[in-house]
Amino acid sequence: MIRIANGQGFWGDSLEAPLEQIRRGPIDYLTLDYLAEVTMSILQKQRSRDPRAGYARDFVEMIGRGAVDIVASNIKIVANAGGVNPEACREAVAKALNHRGMRIGVVAGDNILGRLDDLIARGVELKNLDTGEPLASIRPRVQSANVYFGGEAIAMALAQGAQIVITGRTTDTGLVLGPMIHEFQWKADEWDKLAAGTIAGHTVECGAQCTGGNCQVDWRNIPNMADIGYPIIEAEPDGTFVITKHDGTGGRITVESIKEQLLYEMGDPRTYITPDCIADFTSIHLEQVGPDRVRFSGIRGRPATDMYKVSISYSAGFKAIGMLMYTWPDAYAKAKAADQILRQRLDRLGLRFDAIRTEFAGVNACHGPLAGEPPRDIAEVALRVGVRSGDRAVVERFTKEIAPLALNGPPTVTGLGSGRPKVEEIVAYWPALMPKTEASPEISVEET
Amino acid sequence: MARVKLVRIAHARSGDKGDTANVGLIALKPEYYPVLAREVTAERVKEHFAGICLGQVERFELPNLGALNFLLHESLDGGGTLSLKADAQGKTYSAALLRMEIDVPDELVPKDHLHS
Repeated sequence: MIRIANGQGFWGDSLEAPLEQIRRGPIDYLTLDYLAEVTMSILQKQRSRDPRAGYARDFVEMIGRGAVDIVASNIKIVANAGGVNPEACREAVAKALNHRGMRIGVVAGDNILGRLDDLIARGVELKNLDTGEPLASIRPRVQSANVYFGGEAIAMALAQGAQIVITGRTTDTGLVLGPMIHEFQWKADEWDKLAAGTIAGHTVECGAQCTGGNCQVDWRNIPNMADIGYPIIEAEPDGTFVITKHDGTGGRITVESIKEQLLYEMGDPRTYITPDCIADFTSIHLEQVGPDRVRFSGIRGRPATDMYKVSISYSAGFKAIGMLMYTWPDAYAKAKAADQILRQRLDRLGLRFDAIRTEFAGVNACHGPLAGEPPRDIAEVALRVGVRSGDRAVVERFTKEIAPLALNGPPTVTGLGSGRPKVEEIVAYWPALMPKTEASPEISVEET
Repeated sequence: MARVKLVRIAHARSGDKGDTANVGLIALKPEYYPVLAREVTAERVKEHFAGICLGQVERFELPNLGALNFLLHESLDGGGTLSLKADAQGKTYSAALLRMEIDVPDELVPKDHLHS
């Protein structure tokens, strides 16, 4: 049996959780997910300004803070912290470890930004998976392009002796499956086992979201949420596993908390496609085998496809969102009147947007028409207006029409706080597929 | 038969993939699953999310988990970073689905409020 811990559900998650996973009990592997769909574009921009940047600095800081424990406990760490510059990340990590002689592996080869024109010229269209449009239609606006590698690439780095594996774009599930392939010597066509490792990865990839975080069942009584434990997989060579957490931590692992996470971001549950296999979520058998222990068995898989998923980000215009708070009496009526006044002023200025959207937080921002009418004496309502346009100047002008409403619109309004809303560049996500023959992982392991 | 809000017999979690939201609906007890499977059809979910879900609704069954998974296409104002919604990732659509009322046989109507 090996213990694989998740220490982070996304870039921006708890900075303490990975260190707690190392310090509060035995684990063999610590896995960390840093890359959301558009993170690569941010990192690409950082690298274009500074050739030594372009990776997750949080990871390096974590390694620095945990260096003594990491070396002493002899655990292995797998993280997709390399972003668009995994080599620079390796150097920074080696420095943070004070060159203690750790073997650090890098999985690269995922970055295809420099090859896009060549690929398109050779007929790889990289069509948008949702809309079917060919990439050529937005080619000049592309900011990053990366292939998702799977667990196999990580297993290759571990097989070469890496104690820390830093990858560019890899699947979240691969971070967990990789160690299992390596430890249990699973073959590339053992689809049921690969599917089991993939489902284990999916279960823990959002950190505490499977250990009682964001859980609807009996949420009030979930113990000690302030010290919530992050998940640990106890994996067996036959593909069965138990999800648990360190003794003494908060949260709660039940069949219910696990089911919620299994369904998170789920498409067709029979056909969960990764580079490693196709996993069938309708084959999972769950069993509560102890307090905070849920066992998985029966998982089936099917052969992987011959395509890699590609994650492309592109510049898609600008947006800004402004907010003002109105209080009793007539809070909702005031917020609605302010919205009308704002729209008349925007019209009079001749501003045209690709989209303008008004929501009333406290009334219906999240549930829309399902929320129904609020009580007449509602204490406060936040007016939230957002606009989107390809023209930055138009969005900029919008941001200057929000603040004046505090003095020249309906009364008892506040919440401007930091002044005018900020104009944000929209970096949108373009999912595509590419034949596996067009890219392969580049593995290198160095002692530093 | 009695009209029962889903929140009394089910829990849920939602997330996003681009402009599509997914809502996983899970029976709180195994005996509720057949009722959910019969009553909470893709058509009813599409009606329930009128004004929010502008595209199709697809439904998938996971009897092993006592759960249904719904895909609500064109529900997130473009999705991801394009979206101007406060809930751009449909994270609260789980609770929005639990507002739905369905017919439940009298013998299955829960006596207690598990969520309140």
